Amino acid sequence: MHDLSVAELAHALRSREFTSTELTRHCLQRVRSLDPQYNSFITVDEAGALAAAARADARLAAGEQGALLGIPLAHKDIFCTMGLRTSCGSKMLDNFVPPYDATVTRLLRDAGTVLLGKTNMDEFAMGSSSETSFYGSTRNPWDTTRVPGGSSGGSAAAVAARLVPLATGTDTGGSIRQPAAFCGITGLKPTYGRVSRLGMVAYASSLDQGGPMARSAEDCALLLNAIAGLDPLDSTSSAHPVEDYTAQLSQPLTGLRIGLPREYFGDGLDTATGDRIHAALALLEQQGATLVDITLPHTELSIPTYYIIAPAEASTNLSRYDGVRYGYRCEAPRDLHDLYTRSRQEGFGDEVKRRILVGTFALSAGYYDAYYRKAQQVRRLIRQDFLDAFANVDIIAGPTTPGPAFGLGAKTSDPLAMYLEDAYTLAVNLAGLPAMSVPAGQADGLPVGLQLIGPHFDEARLLNVAHQLQQVSDWHRQSPGGTSA
Amino acid sequence: MNWEVVIGLEVHLQLATESKIFSGAATRFGAEPNTQACAVDLAMPGMLPVLNEQAVRYAVMFGLGIGAEIGLRSVFDRKNYFYPDLPKGYQISQFQEPIVGRGHFDIQLEDGSVRRIGITRAHLEEDAGKSLHEDFHNQTGIDLNRAGTPLLEIVSEPDLRSAEEAVAYLKTLHSLVTSLGISDGNMAEGSMRCDINLSLRPAGSETLGTRAEIKNVNSFRFVEKAIHHEIERQADILEAGGQVVQETRLYDAERDETRSMRSKEVANDYRYFPEPDLLPVVIEQSWVDSIRASLPELPAAKRERFIADYGLSAYDATVLAAERPLADFYEAVVKHCGDAKIAANWVQVELLGQLNRSDLTLNESPVDAQALAALLQRILDGSISGKIGKQVFEAMWAGEGDADSIIEARGLRQVSDSGALEAMVSEVIRANPEQVAQYLAADENRRKKLSGFFVGQIMKLSKGQANPQMVNDLLNQQLADAGGHGDT
Repeated sequence: MHDLSVAELAHALRSREFTSTELTRHCLQRVRSLDPQYNSFITVDEAGALAAAARADARLAAGEQGALLGIPLAHKDIFCTMGLRTSCGSKMLDNFVPPYDATVTRLLRDAGTVLLGKTNMDEFAMGSSSETSFYGSTRNPWDTTRVPGGSSGGSAAAVAARLVPLATGTDTGGSIRQPAAFCGITGLKPTYGRVSRLGMVAYASSLDQGGPMARSAEDCALLLNAIAGLDPLDSTSSAHPVEDYTAQLSQPLTGLRIGLPREYFGDGLDTATGDRIHAALALLEQQGATLVDITLPHTELSIPTYYIIAPAEASTNLSRYDGVRYGYRCEAPRDLHDLYTRSRQEGFGDEVKRRILVGTFALSAGYYDAYYRKAQQVRRLIRQDFLDAFANVDIIAGPTTPGPAFGLGAKTSDPLAMYLEDAYTLAVNLAGLPAMSVPAGQADGLPVGLQLIGPHFDEARLLNVAHQLQQVSDWHRQSPGGTSA
Repeated sequence: MNWEVVIGLEVHLQLATESKIFSGAATRFGAEPNTQACAVDLAMPGMLPVLNEQAVRYAVMFGLGIGAEIGLRSVFDRKNYFYPDLPKGYQISQFQEPIVGRGHFDIQLEDGSVRRIGITRAHLEEDAGKSLHEDFHNQTGIDLNRAGTPLLEIVSEPDLRSAEEAVAYLKTLHSLVTSLGISDGNMAEGSMRCDINLSLRPAGSETLGTRAEIKNVNSFRFVEKAIHHEIERQADILEAGGQVVQETRLYDAERDETRSMRSKEVANDYRYFPEPDLLPVVIEQSWVDSIRASLPELPAAKRERFIADYGLSAYDATVLAAERPLADFYEAVVKHCGDAKIAANWVQVELLGQLNRSDLTLNESPVDAQALAALLQRILDGSISGKIGKQVFEAMWAGEGDADSIIEARGLRQVSDSGALEAMVSEVIRANPEQVAQYLAADENRRKKLSGFFVGQIMKLSKGQANPQMVNDLLNQQLADAGGHGDT
């Protein structure tokens, strides 16, 4: 049951092969027995899930046809869920139960999905390893001594371990794609503005974007269909028309021009990883695509640019966690200043504090022009690099990460080494583009992700290319050992 | 030394929108604490601002009202600081690209002179909540009903030179924004709050002195007092050879003094940067034009029209045109009674006087425009005298009915029956032989004076209802007759 794709599950539910309740019980059983070794969930909502499954079964019995009706899923614990704790991986929100749903949560609830629980993540989505979580590290199902990537590491691990067929993630600098690559699943970061940010706890508002994580491109398309679109309550969401993202999946790739940025295949790239990427590209070539050498000259500036803009926005987005209205409050504050400083000192972890400090500095009087303003100027150059490239190619491809999943604790004491993990993913967020990570086999037994980057709002094309690759490869079907139960 | 006073004002004006600037919560004043604060106002995780179009429209209306450039592209910024009544830890405001640019309006001083005051800019922002220090022993309560109420911050040039000018500026501004209908202008409820920037410099000097800012002064009277006080304080410092410290001060109305709040050296670095949750506000010139076309008549234009069309004095026109409710009331009285001058007198003297004495606002007046006009018609058609009219007005104010029914019920109709009047005149002449003798002995000038005595007696006898013109005629005739008899 847990090896079936979302489309197969939906078909089985509709044809009464099993009920959503049975499917949900099966998934919950797997979570109970397997997740202690992965720690991919922060909160499991058995009662809520079974109630949702019963509702879905009633709708199915009434003949309803929804593509996701009765399908279990998990939300990254950054999406607010009405009545269910939303911690964002932080002690600060350990006691926070939202009285509202995020738009993404609401849409998926209405679509009849069954929410199993909330997945682990780097605290406030700040990290590339899911090690900064207040709830402890998530472990990579392919090798539990290694990280699953981050920040959406819990969602990636849960999907990879076949605990749940679908999960949501968010991607500010690679947080969907990098864990998808490390865990051997398929993840899509949509165009900025494609999916509503309302009710998604903000890290860096101009970069954050929610998206699907699943085993295949087709499953991602089904989830994207349910969550894409204009939200009047998110002023940055786009009115660009939403398409049926499954409609183009089967288009042949004949004539497709794929740009390979020189900068993504340079010195920093692990050799074995590079080999897997070239092998995957060769498969696309066999299907009629042309590989084109391109350049994205400002790529190397994306790390410094990102690590000014994202912390700057984060430093003020996180000001609301002050111990006054909700969330963590220190014991017996002496006065207002003590309430602020101790609540924040005790409620936030080190990486969050580091980014708040960096961001506060970057926005300070006297430094604003040198850092924040300059970073915004470079951001425009990076975006222009991509727009220039898309004048000649349909999509861009390369590795999602410089290498496979690293060991737990390997980079926790070296933030800069951790930041380099995002070298190939950050620019996409700075440019607001859609991008995917697609399984491309393994290097030394660890998954490798192929990154596909498209023009704004061309998610359908990315899903098409990924789906075609998945028609001629079985990398996305491979599961880590030890996941059978 | 002779000091020149330099004042610039920053006014925070609450805009009269139904809902908040970035959320759907209501903006009504005086609700139970925290009953008008939604998840956005509480800065709950993941909540996002959505700009209220009506607030933008009101800002544009203000800009057009002061002849300002309208920013077709304006940008919201985050102004970062921690305070318990600022839930997000930042205020959404406009810093570098405000919606209203440079403009101006004229103020009129009591001596009739007119000064043009420059407006540097006006920008949209959200109000903060309130900290409640009373009622909570050793603790502070937070009421977020006000958080997110739209504000237009209106910044003047340092063009004002005295407390009188500052008050005239605020009154004119009040008149402008209430006429536009973009704010209720209720200062007691904090709809219009004023920060005063004040410095002194030697008369004739071109460079500005160091200024102090006095925060949150919330009535015309307090603005006047705070300015007088601050001028004195700064002059004392400068004359003693000291230097004014650039700082923020608070006006304490109870003690009538300003005191230091915090000095700028330890002030916040607000870390302004563009609000990433909102797109830049881009408006079309055609939208601005359509707003311009639908602007109500502004006080300055109304004043000119009152002078031209109704023949009012400049003073009367200024008073009556200043606030739209009063101007509308006045024009309704004119329409129904047909006489602009008597309407102007009665609205200003009787109506405003009664409102003042009863501490009522115009829309609480127990006498509406039509009722007042009906009373004025009775004066105009000679049914009652102006003096009786005042009695009738008081009865109307007390709720005794309309003018006609009061005149009828109290028998106040003017006596114009010559037989009855003749009898009264004769009675008064008979009863005052001494005065009649004096009158007859007097010259023309003195006679005029003495005749007033007889008129007074006759009016008393008629309980004020005698037609004064007829009394005069009859009296002159009978006195002349009395003189004739004496001669023979």
